[in-house]
Parts: sequence; structure tokens; C-alpha cells
Amino acid sequence: MAKKESSFKNMLITLLVITVVAGFALGGVYNITKEPIAFAKKAKAEAAIKAVIPEFDTLKVFKVALEDGTDSLVFNQGYKDGQLVGTAIETFSKNGYDPTPVRLMVGFSANGEIINTAVIEQKETPGLGSKMTTDKFKNQFNGKNPVDFKLKVKKDGGNVDAITAATISSRAYCDALQKAHSTYLKDGGSK
Amino acid sequence: MEYILILISAIFVSNIVLSQFLGICPFLGVSGKVSTSIGMGAAVLFVMTIATMVTWLIQNYILVPFRITFLQTIFFILVIAALVQMVELILKKVSPPLYQALGIYLPLITTNCAVLGIAIQTVAKDFALLPGVVFAIANALGFSLAMIIFAGIREHLVLMKVPAGMKGVPIALVTAGILAMAFMGFSGLVK
Amino acid sequence: MNQVANLTKGLLKENPVFVLLLGMCPTLGVTSSAANGLGMGLATTFVLVGSNVVVSLVKNQIPDKVRIPAFVVIIAAFVTIVELSMQAFVPALFDSLGLFIPLIVVNCIVLGRAEGFASKNSAFSSALDGLGMGLGFALALTILGTVREFLGNGSFFGMKFIQGDGILIFVLAPGAFIVLGYLIALINKLRKTA
Repeated sequence: MAKKESSFKNMLITLLVITVVAGFALGGVYNITKEPIAFAKKAKAEAAIKAVIPEFDTLKVFKVALEDGTDSLVFNQGYKDGQLVGTAIETFSKNGYDPTPVRLMVGFSANGEIINTAVIEQKETPGLGSKMTTDKFKNQFNGKNPVDFKLKVKKDGGNVDAITAATISSRAYCDALQKAHSTYLKDGGSK
Repeated sequence: MEYILILISAIFVSNIVLSQFLGICPFLGVSGKVSTSIGMGAAVLFVMTIATMVTWLIQNYILVPFRITFLQTIFFILVIAALVQMVELILKKVSPPLYQALGIYLPLITTNCAVLGIAIQTVAKDFALLPGVVFAIANALGFSLAMIIFAGIREHLVLMKVPAGMKGVPIALVTAGILAMAFMGFSGLVK
Repeated sequence: MNQVANLTKGLLKENPVFVLLLGMCPTLGVTSSAANGLGMGLATTFVLVGSNVVVSLVKNQIPDKVRIPAFVVIIAAFVTIVELSMQAFVPALFDSLGLFIPLIVVNCIVLGRAEGFASKNSAFSSALDGLGMGLGFALALTILGTVREFLGNGSFFGMKFIQGDGILIFVLAPGAFIVLGYLIALINKLRKTA
């Protein structure tokens, strides 16, 4: 089989040519997929927002810094016919069982009640912490105002029913909701 | 303090082999004897640490500024391939017996999902350079630990009566599964 | 070897996972559900066919000493194409497979076929070899994923049979090792009696 001789020059040129061709080919694919990827990301975020606040026709998106200033949360205010129908806040907690932060979307009504919550991302233990996505656990927050409904598990003196054998994950859920609520109070309402 | 957390969680809680499934091929292939496992572990430690450092620099100083992050896979694997060649040359000169013992497994570090996997994860988790390097070292240590323990078990397994169908890889896999179960016990460590 | 045998060898006789014992990392890592296993299998098949064909076409242009790095770059290019395409068109699957998608580039099966077959055969044969091996890989992953999902979650491709949870250990790390171990033992037994 006639292969090219393995001289240093040949080796270098071959690798260079292959890498450059690959680079260009990939650049092309990247351009084709750029929009669909951005679209898919947007659709995913919107689906989470729609799950926690009522129907809206315009969305106002802005960031609010956390109380301790280490990070900021994304606020999505939904308006219908000019009226504020709800604020969907993308929040997170690093206190979950798994190192990956638990990310939630929580919707607050204009009077500070939780409308609904949805899990955006969690890598908690399957069958235990992962139950945070079930209605059985998360529906307990709906219609509650965190001013009266303490966002801590009962074990810690709060009002929240933890998931059996998944206290840490339950605490993380509460932590994320608490974060969203404090930031909401700090800068809630219309801007 | 942050470094100790990184170390403990990478070595025990999310052990790279037993809980993240990276580095299985060498794990099954080289762990026949404790001595070769130690050698392989050392080689992986060297390659993984330097590879993570170099890929981190490439990601943050080349890929991101030039907006070509989609070329990450190509760049990263090229760096790893080059590093492994270097390690081979160095080992040949410094310790020929170890070089012989590792045999085919040395070039296989290039295709070791653990090295590429950790390089990608370090960048994905947004570590700064020094914590990132500690993360890489920790994972390499976790890999070595898993392999050495496993080799110890396998050295005994060879002397046991195993049903014919299970001999070799099947019993090794089941054993690895039990070892993985044992490591799951570390889960609560980092809270 | 005729082309039909070439295509089908990867499915059973030389199944990359159960017989050749290659590509273990993704096999264990993504098979907590049948759908994930199948998705990964198909993505890898695409890379296998693509890289096998390209390697086979350029095999005479590559100096011997750089052939491994050259193959790796070609494979990495196809993996990146798969990465971007999946992110754009099947984002949910992309999220589930996560880190293991770029790791296709170090899947020993892909480099193994490029080095062991594509570099010595015609483009057409290499394409068939890649297809067969890829589908065999997909088959293995889907089987493993189905067993783990059935035992661990009581479901098949997401359709649940039971209320509540199954035997959870099977969708966790240890379960992967144990089920694969028993599957390989089973297949070894079948091969001996066949």
C-alpha cells in the first residue's frame, strides 16, 4: 500500500491540512446550527416560565442581584393587557445532594403568593431527591405566601413537608425558593 | 478549605470510575495486578493534571475570546494525544521496566475517557486555574484509588472458584458494581 | 468477506460491547434508560460511519507516524458535528447524554475501527463496517438500557408499568456494572452453546 513517507515535513503538513479542513467544515456546521440551538434554549426557558405564571402577552426580563451580592437571579415579568399577571424567577440552590445546583422556576403573583414552581434542572438521587419534581411534593407550595408559610422543612421548624428520606434535597428546594422570595421582596413589583 | 472539599468529593463522593463511569477500559484492563495499577495511576495523574492545565488555558485564552468554543473537542483531544506521546518517550528513558509493564495501555491513555472527561468538566464547572488543577489531581487520585482497591480484590478473585461463565470480565464487572455500592456510602460526606 | 457478512458481524459475532468488550464508558454511563442508550448508540453510529469513510478515503495521504493523531482529528470533527446537531434538533436528548457526547471521540470502538479496518479497506466496506459496528453498539446499549430501566424504574422507553419506583439500584452506578456483568456472562454462555 503506497503511503506517504513519514518525513517531518509530510507529517506536519498532513496534520495541518486535516485540522484546517476540519475547522472549516465545523465552522459551517456551527453556522447552520447556531439558530436552532438558540431557539431550543429559548423554548426551554419559555416552557418553564409558562408553567409557573398565568398566560401573558408580553414578557419583561431583567436581572436582580441577590441580597448577598454574590450572584443575580433572572426575573421574568408576565403582562397581559398591560396588567402584571406574575413574576417567574429563575432560582437555584447549591445545597442539593449532588454537586450540580438544583435550578427552579418559581412564579409569584402580584401579592407575593407562590403561583407554581417547576424544576428546570436537578441531579438528585433517583427515587429519592428526584421526587422534588412530583406534584405530591411541589404542590404544597402553591397558593402559599412565604411571609406566613415558612420555607423550611418541618424538621427545621418550618412548614414544609420534606420528601421521605430526602431531607437534603427538600432543604435545597426550600433554599432556592427562599432565595427567590428574598430577592423578590428586595426588588419585586413592577419596574 | 475549598481544596479539601474538592479533594474529598472527587475522590470519594463522585469517584470518577465508580460513580461517573469514566476510565472504565483501563480500569478493567490494567487492574489485574496492584503493581501495574499503581504505575498506570501515576501515569494518569501526570497526564490528567498537565492536560487539564493546558486545556484550561486553551479554553480561556483561545477558544472563548475567539468564539470558537465549538472546536473544544478537537483542541482538547489533540493536546491529550500530544501529552501521551511525551509521557511515553519520558517513561521509555526513565523507567523501561514500567514502560514494558504498561505496554499497550500507555497509548490507550489518549482514549481514556477519564482524561478528556475531566478536562471538559473542569472547564464546564467554571473552576479558576488553581482549583481546576486540584480538581484534576483529585480525580486522578480517585481513579488510582479505585484501580488499586480493585486490583487487590482481583488478585484474590483469581484464586477463587468462579462459575465458568462468569470468569474474567463478568465477575470483574459485578465486583466493580459492589465496590461502587460501597463508595455510595460516602455520599453524605460533603455536606 | 462478503459485504453482507461485513455489515452484520458487528451485530452479533463481533458485537463491540458484548464480545470485543470495547466502549465500556458510555455503555455504563448512559444506559439508565432505554431511550438514552438508543440515542447514544445512533449518535456513535453516525460518527463511526463518517469517520470510517473519511479515513478510508484519505488513508494513502497520511504518513504512517501521524496516523493516530490524524484519525483522532477526523473523528473529533464528526463528533463535533453530532454535538452541534443534537444540541440544535434534539435538545432534551442532548441534555440527558451530557458529557458522554464529546466523549464519543475517545470511544475505543471508533478509533479501533478507523485504525483496524478503515485504514486498510475501501470506503464502501468501511462504511458498512462502521454501520454494522455502530448498530451492534446501539443494540447492546439499548438492551442494557431496557433491562436497567425495566428493573430500576418499572418502565419501557418511558412507559411505566408500575406505580412508584422499581429496584432503584439498577438505575444507579452499581446497577450498571452488575447488569452488564451478567449480560456478558449470559452472552458468553449463548455463544458457547450456539
